[in-house]
Amino acid sequence: MKSPRMRRVVIKDMALELSHLNRRFTGFAALNDVSLTIAPGEFLALLGPSGSGKTTLLRILAGLDYPDSGSVVKEGEDFLATPARERRIGMVFQHYALFRHLTVIENIAFGLRVRSWRSRPSRKVIRERVDRLLRRVQLEGLGGRYPTQLSGGQRQRVALARALAVEPDMLLLDEPFGALDAQVRVTLRRWLRELHEELGLTTVFVTHDQEEALELADRVAVMNNGRIEQVGPPEAIYQQPATPFVCEFIGKVNRLTVRKQEAGLAAGDWLLGDDPWQGRYPEAVAYVRPEQLRVAASSTQPGWEARLRHIYLAGSVAHLDLYVPSLDQALEADVASEDLSRLGVQAGMDLRVAPRSAVLFPNDGNGNALSEERWIWQARSPVPA
Amino acid sequence: MSARMASRPIGWPRRVVHVGLILVALIFLVLFLLLPLATVFVEAFREGIAPYVAAIRQPEALSAIRLTLIVAVIAVPLNVVFGIAAAWAMTRFEFRGKALLGALIDLPFSVSPVISGLVYVLLFGAQGWFGPWLEAHDIKIIFAVPGLVLATIFITLPFVARELIPLMQSQGSEEEEAARVLGASGWQMFFRVTLPNIRWALLYGVLLCNARAMGEFGAVSVVSGHIRGLTTTIPLEVEMRYNEYDYVGAFAVASLLALLALVTLAVKTLLEWRYGDEIAAHAPGGH
Repeated sequence: MKSPRMRRVVIKDMALELSHLNRRFTGFAALNDVSLTIAPGEFLALLGPSGSGKTTLLRILAGLDYPDSGSVVKEGEDFLATPARERRIGMVFQHYALFRHLTVIENIAFGLRVRSWRSRPSRKVIRERVDRLLRRVQLEGLGGRYPTQLSGGQRQRVALARALAVEPDMLLLDEPFGALDAQVRVTLRRWLRELHEELGLTTVFVTHDQEEALELADRVAVMNNGRIEQVGPPEAIYQQPATPFVCEFIGKVNRLTVRKQEAGLAAGDWLLGDDPWQGRYPEAVAYVRPEQLRVAASSTQPGWEARLRHIYLAGSVAHLDLYVPSLDQALEADVASEDLSRLGVQAGMDLRVAPRSAVLFPNDGNGNALSEERWIWQARSPVPA
Repeated sequence: MSARMASRPIGWPRRVVHVGLILVALIFLVLFLLLPLATVFVEAFREGIAPYVAAIRQPEALSAIRLTLIVAVIAVPLNVVFGIAAAWAMTRFEFRGKALLGALIDLPFSVSPVISGLVYVLLFGAQGWFGPWLEAHDIKIIFAVPGLVLATIFITLPFVARELIPLMQSQGSEEEEAARVLGASGWQMFFRVTLPNIRWALLYGVLLCNARAMGEFGAVSVVSGHIRGLTTTIPLEVEMRYNEYDYVGAFAVASLLALLALVTLAVKTLLEWRYGDEIAAHAPGGH
């Protein structure tokens, strides 16, 4: 796969530049000073909880909504001044929005048939293109059906074919897998990723499912309360979350309070060694991912003493429900299932637990975590698993 | 087998209630609907087919039929335009006073038709607000065809809109947005997406609107002036003949309206049976 960041440098002026977008609905800000660059050919996920403004952003790109202020520029031109029908965008709606009175073929051909006669392809060309798209979305033979006669996954693929038929410059997908069951969802996800590799079409999709975003996208923009909290490749979002919200929204995480002590920052028996803030903050929040907790049976290991309350075996991973008396807090640690027996752990045992890495945000004293003072802590000596 | 056994203890009292209720409903229907309807036809043909045909072929009757058709031909399309526009505004836009517009659409249902007619007389009559101006420009509205059309439009205003609003609400605007993103112009979006989605509900609304437009009595009676052969519609002609003790003539013309009602009912039932899911559940009420 070509790196999207490389391409962005090469054809920078073709990027879509969103700057300082604001959109208010009665009572709340759907978008609050949102700036974002969408590189040509990239696969971008807008990830956030419902009401975070991600769909509003998508609708603004599609020309179905307009910001109160801010600009969207493409190739030096004002993209917002371009009417929806001239933006060369393919959009897949959350509930697909297939035309219920038209067959699959007529749905896919719609975007071509509504063109003025000068730019409209001939009947034969339309038919050929529809056939090609039907093959691409693996729906040959279903062209004569109506949307109600299709399954959810099939409808989604018709919606995609319809969006692709107009040969758009950009593909927008609003919760594309939201209405599908888990099995179909994973299959379609992979299929969509392959399609993207093949076509190289700039694709922006909205999702509230972090797993989906991390698995599919080249870049993820995490949104919350109308703001973009962090934009970056999935690894960065997962490993170097920029804000407490990103920490908590992406994946599972243990939240601990770390306090300034004579020997430096510490939480119970966990000593962090040094203090990057040089004593300016008496308290900080530490986020530790379950798989970054090292669990050992021997009491000679450093770390917290913890009681293993329960083991939740979820296939390849086992979730350990631990209680740490010195913190008066429950923690969750993830261990590969096959390591369970090697460690010889059982529910009810006392174990030693210590973080391998953590993301910390100092507290300003008013209960607000300071994102700009983030500190990514790593255990000094590489800890054996 | 087991179901029948289980239901036996409470079986027969329930049966009595079932049959009783059905009987009561049937008796009501026969007494208040079928009997009057039958009376119309019986009275119309009391003296045979020839007097019936003659009654309808009188010039006054023919002109009443023509006038009724003219009024319907003007009022119904205007209501279709208004109904679609109002339903569109109510379901696709957010604006101040939306609730007020909704209430206004229903106004003709809540105001007595006679009052509606009277309002037009007060507005456009000789002593009305615009009366002197209209007279100066030699425009006749009250006691003329324009008045009949206006009153009918007012009375039938809610039919199409009320039929479309719930349907368009439930269908949402996603398909229209999809059409726009796919490059459709406003008209293409309307004719290729919106209209096909609402066609049966629209037809249903038109049907009811038409039945009302042709059958309206109260409002039309006030603005008509009862000028025979000029401003009498079928319902007014029926009344005049009846008052003149011309029973066969009255019922003969009335049978035309009854026939219209039966055809409307048949088509309505057909629509409901065939396209029930595409027609909003709440059919408009009215007088």
